[in-house]
Amino acid sequence: MKWYRVWAIFTRHFYLYKRSLARWMAIFYWPLIDLFVWGFITIYLRQSESLSAAGKPVSFVMAFLGALILWDILFRSQQGISITFLEEVWSRNLLNLFVAPLRPIEFLTASMLMGLFMVTTATLVSAILAWLFYSFNLLVLGVALLPFILNLVAMGWAIGVVTTAIVLRYGQKAEVLAWGLTFFFQPISAVFYPVEVLPAWLQPVARAVPATHVFQGMRQVLRGGAFPVGELLAATALNGVYLAVAFGFFYWIFGQVRELGLLMKVGE
Amino acid sequence: MVQQITPAAGRSAGPAVAPAVAVEAVELTKRFGETVAVDRVSFHIAAGEVVGLLGPNGAGKTTILQMLLGTLLPTSGQVRILGLDLTRHRETILHQVNFSSTYVSMPASLTVRENLMVFARLYGLKNPRERVESVMNLFEIADLRSASGRGLSSGQLTRVCLAKAFLNEPKVLFLDEPTASLDPDIADKTRRLLRETRDKNGTTILYTSHNMQEMEELCDRIIFLHKGRIIAMDTPKAVLATYGQASLEELFLLIARRGTAVP
Repeated sequence: MKWYRVWAIFTRHFYLYKRSLARWMAIFYWPLIDLFVWGFITIYLRQSESLSAAGKPVSFVMAFLGALILWDILFRSQQGISITFLEEVWSRNLLNLFVAPLRPIEFLTASMLMGLFMVTTATLVSAILAWLFYSFNLLVLGVALLPFILNLVAMGWAIGVVTTAIVLRYGQKAEVLAWGLTFFFQPISAVFYPVEVLPAWLQPVARAVPATHVFQGMRQVLRGGAFPVGELLAATALNGVYLAVAFGFFYWIFGQVRELGLLMKVGE
Repeated sequence: MVQQITPAAGRSAGPAVAPAVAVEAVELTKRFGETVAVDRVSFHIAAGEVVGLLGPNGAGKTTILQMLLGTLLPTSGQVRILGLDLTRHRETILHQVNFSSTYVSMPASLTVRENLMVFARLYGLKNPRERVESVMNLFEIADLRSASGRGLSSGQLTRVCLAKAFLNEPKVLFLDEPTASLDPDIADKTRRLLRETRDKNGTTILYTSHNMQEMEELCDRIIFLHKGRIIAMDTPKAVLATYGQASLEELFLLIARRGTAVP
């Protein structure tokens, strides 16, 4: 083994880090996200132990499996858009598309439908497997299930449109966002624990995220509570704002891309 | 020194009537910060003309092509295609225009036919299946219809991209080094096809290539760019006469190496 050749390959990859904030973020991003999510889950479990000791047991299996399946809906919805776009970047096809009479809104709508297709397929499979292996029936969420899903799909679309815009502007060095941006919301979306587990200062931030209201509503239904009208209305209103901002951001970036002639370069 | 614009009569069976202007660039300028990539470039291309855009790397060819396609916004100036302003009528124009480049590809995971069907739908063609079959036959790729992009040679992929460019029977065709990865046989067939298309349908073609012999053979007129400006615009013969060179290859080397555009 020749160390100068090992060094050559090492430097080949290290050069990438000299100019890429995204790559540095990728190093720290996942450990931090995991730390926060599992940290808050630990706090929740400790609090639940106290509740169980006080004779108020909490069903973790139901809450965790339901949360996992619903979280995946959000993630798949975002992935549908981001991966659809990245496919065009990887295959150097983007310019072919945009020299055709294709409007950005048409491209985005097709991508959103792809997201919906991925969500439907993945959720169906997950729900059946959860029922077969863990006796968890997603339909236990009742009539709230459909608005829950629609709200998570809408938030996934908003994140997907934003990541698409960023990759369009900054190229493949920003590709890591397509895989990770949704998870940025995981610790503050109260997916696996109630929003009350979060520090007081973080709770208003969490309540500004549409998914938080879906997961709060899910726990309410699983506890046998009433149809979570308030949470669903809040989620829907927030999603309206998120989608409007995401589309506005995309069009602003698309203008910059045409100004800088990046459509031809984005695959490089 | 910029040569006078001489509207070409077409090399063989060119337009019989006074040619309408298919592509018009007026004082087109593009700045990237302090760098002026294209500097007040004006030209027009008559309907049915084949015009070659040539110049050394960085001369501004691709920048001009991008501005003509509307994927790059000019800093100033105007583009009119088929009599319409590109800024205001981009969608209408793009239905009648197409583009192919060596530097643009197609999804390798789709088959040749699937790729072409996607674009046939994108252009809203009435009989997409028939049209796809027709362009596959035209470019001799019908036997590759079920092959995925991964299995294609670069020459075959170039032919698929060219087939895509012919799908909507464009009135204006922008081709960026379309024969760069083709073997001499297919390159010659492609050039012949381009001439036939022009003669038969009156298609206007703007063509970039580093193959100077190809430019001389194919183009009614050439636009020679140097550092973002037009330094010559006329028939290949007239440009060569002005510079006292025997071939475009020699002229290209002269300009690229001398770094000046003075005849």
